[in-house]
Amino acid sequence: MNSTQTCGDTDRRLLLLDAADNVLIATSRIRGGETVLVEDARVTIPAALPIGHKLSRRPIAAGEKIIKYGAPIGSATADIAAGAHVHVHNVRSDYTPTYHLEDIRAEYGSGA
Amino acid sequence: MMRGYPRSDGRKGIRNTIVVGYLVECAHHVAREIANPFREHDVHVIGFPGCYPNSYAETMMARLCIHPNVGAVLLVSLGCESFNKYKLTQIVRESGRPVQTIVIQTSGGTRKSVTEGRAFVNANLATLDSMGTVPMAVSELIVGTVCGGSDGTSGISGNPAAGRAFDMLVEEGAACIFEETGELIGCEHIMAERAITAALGAELEASVAKAARYYATLGYGSFAAGNAEGGLTTIEEKSMGAYAKSGGAPISGLIKPGDVPPRGGLYLLDVVPDGEVRFGFPNINDNAEIAELIACGSHAVLFVTGRGSVVGSAISPVVKICANPETYRRMADDMDVDAGRIMEGEATLDEVGREIRDIVVGLGEGRRTRSEELGHREFILTYKSFEPIGPACLPAA
Repeated sequence: MNSTQTCGDTDRRLLLLDAADNVLIATSRIRGGETVLVEDARVTIPAALPIGHKLSRRPIAAGEKIIKYGAPIGSATADIAAGAHVHVHNVRSDYTPTYHLEDIRAEYGSGA
Repeated sequence: MMRGYPRSDGRKGIRNTIVVGYLVECAHHVAREIANPFREHDVHVIGFPGCYPNSYAETMMARLCIHPNVGAVLLVSLGCESFNKYKLTQIVRESGRPVQTIVIQTSGGTRKSVTEGRAFVNANLATLDSMGTVPMAVSELIVGTVCGGSDGTSGISGNPAAGRAFDMLVEEGAACIFEETGELIGCEHIMAERAITAALGAELEASVAKAARYYATLGYGSFAAGNAEGGLTTIEEKSMGAYAKSGGAPISGLIKPGDVPPRGGLYLLDVVPDGEVRFGFPNINDNAEIAELIACGSHAVLFVTGRGSVVGSAISPVVKICANPETYRRMADDMDVDAGRIMEGEATLDEVGREIRDIVVGLGEGRRTRSEELGHREFILTYKSFEPIGPACLPAA
């Protein structure tokens, strides 16, 4: 992995891909309720963070670009606290909308 | 040392497959019945379901029937469809391959056509089995790459590892093809800087701009629900991960489905149709893209997955590279490469890249992929329309 150093201590399961990034990537599942270090700050993870998902490295204001791989991957649709899950509920594409089933699953249950 | 089947056009194949090609959906069942008893042999069904003419589909079928991995061709026509079976039969005959065209309406229906078709397959299996091979160099390979069932791990482990394998293969003189301009949205400027000429760079940017317009009209990007579940939030995030499959080599050209790279190097395959949006999503599933990579001459296709795809393909072996260690543990039987080791810090990108390169070369030494062993021979071809590539697209030609 092309990891880079975070500023301050960070849980080793959280990967920083580029120094310019404002998100970290989970390299293995982090359980809900766990307290992890994000650049010296202690953050309690409210719900399980699956592998490959993103967590904010610092507070991100609504409208700000989300930076991953050193490149913008969308814009925040709400203020995002440091250590929060960064995903379709608080980010939108700057190109085309993202189709996902998460709201639908909440309505119908997890199904098959 | 790789060995290949020599073909009349100078290319060499790493497989000697009999293709059974249906020329309209109405002939699909007969084609499938012909191939069914030959599951243990390389007898693969491909075809085009449409009844109305489409020059893209005819080009695709022609390129696939004279692919270097193909040794003989049986075409199955209902009889009244628009597909130009005369021209396709002639193209295959001129390539020196055994070819027969069965017309169901003339043969007298299903049973008689199936009997006739199986006789062709039986007669050619023996001939193809005894056909001699010749030494084949890595520089004679064409390798494609695709990603499917992507998640947040794909762009960190599997795709960059496939990119390292591409770098090694290009260095050895092979032609490597990456694709899906709709999954390069957001990467167009950094990609254009890698083009060997400024004019090609402009063509690369234009191809992604075309894709962005196309998908904007459709209302959704090239993005499936499972991508989001796997941690990918936007098309541009998926693109950044997908782009890593291209590795770091200079980009030598921009091709369209059916164009064969003229020499070694790295090429971008533009799979988004030209002109007005007419036939819906350009990449309705992963196999549509795999078929296009194969039509461009790919002897093998690297398929990076995070969520866990199981597919293979007709004609060319598909090497499955699993980016996600959790998925790998669940679906190891379907995977050729465990790139999840990179996520867990147990292997480097270079080590896994080398492993992928060696597996590709091994396919030319008689080894088979997991999907081949499991009998995966997926194939799909639908309507599209393309203009020929412009003069700036292959600068060294």
